Amino acid sequence: SVNTQYFIFELKAELNSDKKEKKKEAVKKVIASMTVGKDVSALFPDVVNCMQTDNLELKKLVYLYLMNYAKSQPDMAIMAVNTFVKDCEDPNPLIRALAVRTMGCIRVDKITEYLCEPLRKCLKDEDPYVRKTAAVCVAKLHDINAQLVEDQGFLDTLKDLISDSNPMVVANAVAALSEIAESHPNSNLLDLNPQSINKLLTALNECTEWGQIFILDCLANYTPRDDRESQSICERVTPRLSHANSAVVLSAVKVLMKFMEMLPKDLDYYGTLLKKLAPPLVTLLSAEPELQYVALRNINLIVQKRPEILKHEMKVFFVKYNDPIYVKLEKLDIMIRLASQANIAQVLAELKEYATEVDVDFVRKAVRAIGRCAIKVEQSAERCVSTLLDLIQTKVNYVVQEAIVVIKDIFRKYPNKYESVIATLCENLDSLDEPEARAAMIWIVGEYAERIDNADELLESFLEGFHDESTQVQLQLLTAIVKLFLKKPTETQELVQQVLSLATQDSDNPDLRDRGYIYWRLLSTDPVAAKEVVLAEKPLISEETDLIEPTLLEELICHIGTLASVYHKPPSAFVEGSRGVQHKRIPIRSGSGESSESQDTGGAPGATEAPAAVIPSQGDLLGDLLNLDLTPPTSTAGAPPGPPMPMGGMDLLGGGLDSLVGGGGSLLTPLSLMGSGFGAPAAVMPSSLNAPVGGGLGDLFDLGGGVGMPMGTFVPPKTLWLPAMKGKGLEIMGTFARRAGVIQMEMTLTNKAMSVMTDFAIQFNRNSFGLAPAGPLQVPTPLSPNQTIDVSLPLNNGGPVMKMEPLNNLQVAVKNNIDVFYFSCQYPISMLFVEDGKMDRQVFLATWKDIPNENEAQFQINDCHLNSDAASNKLQGSNVFTIAKRTVEGQDMLYQSMKLTNGICVLTELRVQTGSPTYTVSDRHTHALWVMIPARAGV
Amino acid sequence: MIGGLFIYNHKGEVLISRVYRDDIGRNAVDAFRVNVIHARQQVRSPVTNIARTSFFHVKRSNIWLAAVTKQNVNAAMVFEFLYKMCDVMTAYFSKISEENIKNNFVLIYELLDEILDFGYPQNSESGALKTFITQQGIKSQHHSKDEQSQITSQVTGQIGWRREGIKYRRNELFLDVLESVNLLMSPQGQVLSAHVSGRVVMKSYLSGMPECKFGMNDKIVIDKQQGKGATSDDSAKSGKQSIAIDDCTFHQCVRLSKFDSERSISFIPPDGDYELMRYRTTKDIILPFRVIPLVREVGRTKLEVKVVIKSNFKASLLAQKIEVRIPTPLNTSGVQVICMKGKAKYKASDNAIVWKIKRMAGMKESQISAEIELLPTNEKKKWTRPPISMNFEVPFAPSGLKVRYLKVFESKLNYSDHDVIKWVRYIGRSGIYETRC
Repeated sequence: SVNTQYFIFELKAELNSDKKEKKKEAVKKVIASMTVGKDVSALFPDVVNCMQTDNLELKKLVYLYLMNYAKSQPDMAIMAVNTFVKDCEDPNPLIRALAVRTMGCIRVDKITEYLCEPLRKCLKDEDPYVRKTAAVCVAKLHDINAQLVEDQGFLDTLKDLISDSNPMVVANAVAALSEIAESHPNSNLLDLNPQSINKLLTALNECTEWGQIFILDCLANYTPRDDRESQSICERVTPRLSHANSAVVLSAVKVLMKFMEMLPKDLDYYGTLLKKLAPPLVTLLSAEPELQYVALRNINLIVQKRPEILKHEMKVFFVKYNDPIYVKLEKLDIMIRLASQANIAQVLAELKEYATEVDVDFVRKAVRAIGRCAIKVEQSAERCVSTLLDLIQTKVNYVVQEAIVVIKDIFRKYPNKYESVIATLCENLDSLDEPEARAAMIWIVGEYAERIDNADELLESFLEGFHDESTQVQLQLLTAIVKLFLKKPTETQELVQQVLSLATQDSDNPDLRDRGYIYWRLLSTDPVAAKEVVLAEKPLISEETDLIEPTLLEELICHIGTLASVYHKPPSAFVEGSRGVQHKRIPIRSGSGESSESQDTGGAPGATEAPAAVIPSQGDLLGDLLNLDLTPPTSTAGAPPGPPMPMGGMDLLGGGLDSLVGGGGSLLTPLSLMGSGFGAPAAVMPSSLNAPVGGGLGDLFDLGGGVGMPMGTFVPPKTLWLPAMKGKGLEIMGTFARRAGVIQMEMTLTNKAMSVMTDFAIQFNRNSFGLAPAGPLQVPTPLSPNQTIDVSLPLNNGGPVMKMEPLNNLQVAVKNNIDVFYFSCQYPISMLFVEDGKMDRQVFLATWKDIPNENEAQFQINDCHLNSDAASNKLQGSNVFTIAKRTVEGQDMLYQSMKLTNGICVLTELRVQTGSPTYTVSDRHTHALWVMIPARAGV
Repeated sequence: MIGGLFIYNHKGEVLISRVYRDDIGRNAVDAFRVNVIHARQQVRSPVTNIARTSFFHVKRSNIWLAAVTKQNVNAAMVFEFLYKMCDVMTAYFSKISEENIKNNFVLIYELLDEILDFGYPQNSESGALKTFITQQGIKSQHHSKDEQSQITSQVTGQIGWRREGIKYRRNELFLDVLESVNLLMSPQGQVLSAHVSGRVVMKSYLSGMPECKFGMNDKIVIDKQQGKGATSDDSAKSGKQSIAIDDCTFHQCVRLSKFDSERSISFIPPDGDYELMRYRTTKDIILPFRVIPLVREVGRTKLEVKVVIKSNFKASLLAQKIEVRIPTPLNTSGVQVICMKGKAKYKASDNAIVWKIKRMAGMKESQISAEIELLPTNEKKKWTRPPISMNFEVPFAPSGLKVRYLKVFESKLNYSDHDVIKWVRYIGRSGIYETRC
């Protein structure tokens, strides 16, 4: 506008004034306009003209302007370069530092070229103030042009500064290096080793509070070599717990929480350290409210990781009337985490008090907390329920609703214990207007329909406005009415028909419709089954539903004090770009004498309980996920999963599969094959037998010239199991081998993504032979981009059994820091042939005869150029044992036996026509079902 | 690290903005205004994430200070820095107000340039900063070369909080033990929680670079000394007087490793005012007052309240500035009060009866009774009875803390510990001192 133009021209005139004072005032006006967001970039040349002055205040103002506008006017910014370069040589260290500091803030590529020489000088300046400023400037320059910093060798100079005599220079160098290192995860820039750590620890005692934070945050990334080093670092860090600056305290806590993991728990020092951690954490609660909030979010993590630290400090988390709401809500969370039988009375009294406060969110959370106490501390359940009933009597609408929601959970935890309160709950039916509360109430009515006389009326009343209800309520109502019908079928037929038609015909919600149809079909085809399904016993709900998942918790512990610990999210969830993608982990304990190699793999055989506990529970989660997808169709999501089948062929047959076979059989008792030969099994299993046979034997007999192949179990070449496309960059090739009696799953993991991968874990779905990992997946992490590693995972047969199709199919879930990936692969059955499968000749003969001819399968293997002895040797390597051999009419007949891990035996007769590449195999099996197996194994 | 720092007035107009990192754009300034300052609901967290940008804010009177970042910064550090920033501004121009900020904007920019470099906090001790950044323009250009290097070595040095060459004609120091005693008591007089948070604040006017050693009746220290062969009489005597400190934190001048190993508090103090230590105790607290409430609901429209306060300390001591706040229901229509001592008034705007007593000696008791008339309401919600709160000031430390000594050594100058004039004062104030009724 005209006014703005007027203003600009007026300033222009003032800037070019001869009078110093007037000039300065004009620049001040420019900065003031800049602050409020006015565009004063048009004044660039005039302002830059003021730069050459010996008035430091004016110079600083001009610099401020330059930092703001240089980027938009890069060509003009060059005009300033000469002055900067000159200032970097000024005798006054404050001016030298100012120049190098400002130059780094001018993010113009052309300027950076000119910056290098002055920066190099300043990094070696005699004055520590200049050096500490130059150290930060390297980080600035790296942010603009990383390559330039590397080419100019500034990183090495920066590393040298870690040994500087001045503590503040050290601290800034550490801060700059840490930041640069974050964008180069594998650069080993910080090169932390016992010597450099020692330097940092010395500087820690001498530098400013901020410097101490930089150093502690850097130390936290170090992995001590052994428990002794870990202890000595802890000893030197603990004095920081008494620092007045809360951030110093929290960063020290982070180092201690991490390194403590490496200490043996029976060490006296371990206990001492635990005791030292509580008081400073409590002291943080007397800091200003914003810091209290940060502290509480962190304490929430700490009590999940190590509940013992604060278990006696419940009282300090009691809410004060004047606490800001964000502090109140966090304290409440921690109170519940610390609640135990010992302090429950106090906690409940407090919670009851809070439930009468003003802030709606807080009150709701307090009511919910009472419910959680009931679930967590069984002894208090009764008292909690009566407290909740008292609160319902207040008739405060949101209190009543919240109470009903938690009472539903209490019912699920303690079924058939507190039903007496249902009448009171029903009185409040009309006041419920929130979907969650309505759904909870409907669930209660449905679940206890047989004890509520007018359950049908109650549910019918909800039905009137069915289409206005939220989905949550509709689904619950549908289920509740079906339950009611199954319990009182005579009176409620009409009601159930009404709800089914509402759900299936008048609704456009697919979930609701599907559920409606399922119930309808169930009820119409098999009411008995419907009853079993719908009224099945529900699994009890667990105590703590909101615990942070262990791997995430571990990562967050490594981020104590930072935003990640405030958000309870890994940095990758809220930081853009490459920064923060690295996942941090707690080092694990290894004895003093062990080599560092074992640390690298992250899992020395004697790993401590803690990390070991983390991975299996993660695995459980995966297992659950898999179960959800793969539970047999007869069980519903609500019903408890059946007990895992014990291992072994017997049980397998006796359990899940006898309905298919039509009867069980004991070991080595031949079973008559139903119908003719392959008829029945073929329907169950892939019918094309020839292909796998050919392929299989081809594999086993793939002897080329027989050279170079060591005797031993046949190992098929690795195949692609998980393509990088599906694995978000993780590619897995794999195969199976039997080595020294142990089945090994051998995999080649390749990271084809741009970021590092960590935190690998593996889990199998239940499978035909109960294969399961015998230990955690040991992947040396991090797996850097483009890195490939081979891992071998020993397996055992201890897992749950479920028949797969094909039989040797294995569904695998692999997890890393990025995601969980599923794939399936097939193992050669020969892996399952055990070493003691050699049958006594007599037994073999008797068994062979006992097995009816129908149980015999025959097939030919072509193109096999081995004589019978070589074949016999070859097969022996795969635990296929030749019991006898005879030669009839130019044919070698080999009689062989093999035994599977689950005890089933397979007998074969291998006929080798001398000089012909064709083998004929006849199999007889101890069990008809398994006809498939040897075929797969290629025998 | 911190990407930028904004200061707003209560309307959300930005008074100062300094961006340190390229990833923070101008729109961040508006994002905070719209989503936090102008937000309809009360702010529910001091940390806000808006479009992958995190904002940390603190408020001083009606001024908002916000630090902005896009990285996973050390959140505790950011808040500590913001508080420090407030301290520095207060040290330069006392009150943080819109006017003062506007009048000092050049100074603030200069400070922001100095104490935050690329988002990394640098030395922020106002004592050190004042040696080269002043409200009257920059001093340093007039400094001699020696003075310049003295400034830089102080700003970056081990003792960044004190400059060399300080001289006083009279070497004097003042120690204030300031405690706030917190209590939550049940209506039946059961202590639900009680703690003292104390501070030792020092004003030092000492020449040179004095080495100080501070001693108090810390139970751990006293027990240790007794272990070295004091008579059992002594131990019984001093054992009574020692106190158990739950935890303490120190100014950065205190050598923490020495405290950790020997539990001795040694330091070279900053010049002038500073806080030497903070501590917390929970055991054997002297609760200076006991409040005994009695609330009776007479029908639906009347409440009878009687509150007795008892002073529980030596009769020779006087408590001051006593104030008792008795909350009244929202539908109060009138209040009649009778009190034995002091003045009592019903403050409708506060929904409370405020009873003030100027002075009260120890071992006394006083009483107030009030009749509260209520308007009939049909609101279902019951009145929640907030706790009765109390304010007071007493001339002793409720924790029982006693300063045993503060020794001063300055080897280079010719004054000794005996020449230093030392003053010690104890003040106990109420923190959150509440009794439920």
